[in-house]
Amino acid sequence: MPDISRDEVRHLADLARIELDDAELDHLAPQLSVILESVASISAVAADEIPPTSHPLPVVNVFREDVVRPSLTAEQALSGAPAVEGQRFLVPRILGDEQ
Amino acid sequence: MSHTAPELLTFEDALERFDPAMGLEVHVELNTNTKMFCGCPANFGGEPNTQTCPTCLGLPGSMPVVNGKAVESAIRIGLALNCSIAEWCRFARKNYFYPDMPKNFQTSQYDEPIAFDGWTDVEIIGDEGPETFRVEIERAHMEEDTGKSLHVGGATGRIHGADYSLVDYNRAGIPLIEIVTRPIMGAREKAPAVARAYVAHLRELLLGLGVSDVRMEQGSLRCDVNLSLAPAGDGSLGTRTETKNVNSLRSVERAARYEIGRQAAILAGGGSILQETRHWHEDTGVTTSGREKSDAEDYRYFPEPDLVPVAPAREWVESLRIALPEPPRERRARLQADWGFTDLEMRDTVGAGALPLVEETITAGAAPQAARKWWLSELARRANELGTELSALPITPADVARIQALIDEGAINDKLARQVFEGVLAGEGTPDEVVASRGLAVVSDEGALGEAVDRAIAANPDVAEKIRDGKVAAAGALIGAVMKEMRGQADAGRVRELILERLG
Ligand SMILES: [Zn+2]
Repeated sequence: MPDISRDEVRHLADLARIELDDAELDHLAPQLSVILESVASISAVAADEIPPTSHPLPVVNVFREDVVRPSLTAEQALSGAPAVEGQRFLVPRILGDEQ
Repeated sequence: MSHTAPELLTFEDALERFDPAMGLEVHVELNTNTKMFCGCPANFGGEPNTQTCPTCLGLPGSMPVVNGKAVESAIRIGLALNCSIAEWCRFARKNYFYPDMPKNFQTSQYDEPIAFDGWTDVEIIGDEGPETFRVEIERAHMEEDTGKSLHVGGATGRIHGADYSLVDYNRAGIPLIEIVTRPIMGAREKAPAVARAYVAHLRELLLGLGVSDVRMEQGSLRCDVNLSLAPAGDGSLGTRTETKNVNSLRSVERAARYEIGRQAAILAGGGSILQETRHWHEDTGVTTSGREKSDAEDYRYFPEPDLVPVAPAREWVESLRIALPEPPRERRARLQADWGFTDLEMRDTVGAGALPLVEETITAGAAPQAARKWWLSELARRANELGTELSALPITPADVARIQALIDEGAINDKLARQVFEGVLAGEGTPDEVVASRGLAVVSDEGALGEAVDRAIAANPDVAEKIRDGKVAAAGALIGAVMKEMRGQADAGRVRELILERLG
């Protein structure tokens, strides 16, 4: 049965840029384990000959014509942004990472 | 952060002790009208955040739909790289937390790429002439580009030390094909040249397919260079670094060379290589440490539930295969033979990006050497002055062919032709219109020409006397005088004949 360690939760928190203190890690790690166990119970009923399903419908090749549709205006696109500068989304400083 | 250059081993010393292995990842932005999963325009250079919609902004409730044209381009790229095309494949979510994707994931393909197991032959010019290297293609998969971040504040303007970032999502969602090679081994000291030749070759191939603008300076073709070293003759693979931001052919070669020297110095000193992303700095010619590379499991890939699988019908794939253009190398060889160009002439033509232009000019009726001459001399010079590509000059191959035809007909000479080029480039109209409006036609009126010759002889009796005495070389002075009087609009050969007729 899956058991998620405290270190794994810390690593996930790092990836998600969430700061968790020791008390929070102690609190969350067992909870995440319970969630994983619940999901894993599916594998108890799924036998080897049943392929994993990623889509409920047996449909393939749904394609769109390569035709331009109107976009949002910049005002509309930025209307939900907490902060804007120079018609761009202003986001906080990004630490220790770069794409 | 410190940018002091670390110690390097010279390239020669490095190769004495180590064998480099390279993996090249090339990202190609497709030139579709719209983005990968929505109908926003996919063109370059719009005002910030004017090419977005709920889908590419990742707003709740929006649903992506695959661009069929992008799938077609992906299949054609795969076929041109001799890949197998998946009978069934899916998109996957690559999860990460970085604001260049508003969705917090990038829609990509994980273990089911649309194309896989291919190869392509790359040519480098070695000491003993052209050499062919086979580069094996591991996969080519479909994904979407990310938004563009501008880092504000901080000492360098780069991300480290930035106070905040500004993001433009116009580019987020533009169809991207990532082409990944298998490790390229055994190239030894030619590894950097092979890397460069591979990217140049891909660019030509993609241009031939017409699927991308492949402009490295605009980022529509980007290359990551993965490089590792193993002890010479060992045949193993060492720990690799992934150098990003390598955005010119020259940089691909330089970055590979630099990493060989840097890693060799560390390994020779008993150190070990950290698996990490590194950044290439065009200005200083060094790579610096980025972040430690995330493992695939950190991205927690899973099949994209909002998109149905892609299962290209075999008939479709075969029809695309049949319609593929001739591969670049075969095409070049065929054209060179047809045109009778030397290796050097062909290489210069290709290098100047003039191949399609020369070809069209020849198709429009010009002799191959004439077509080559105009594009590589007069027009290359003009393009250079204007800082533009040959293909961007406001003149068509048909115009060039027409100007050459006017020369062949004797209506103008080479010198006048230069003025016709000037006029056409200045937007004065077609070659014929420029000849008419500028009054450039050669005077073929024998009477007028004869009178001009007579006047020149009368005005230069001493020169005339020399020619009568058999000093034919002196005729040059009289020809010059006649051409001047005719304002260049005469056939110099005919003028010479007329002078010698009179004085011979
Ligand atoms: Zn969109």
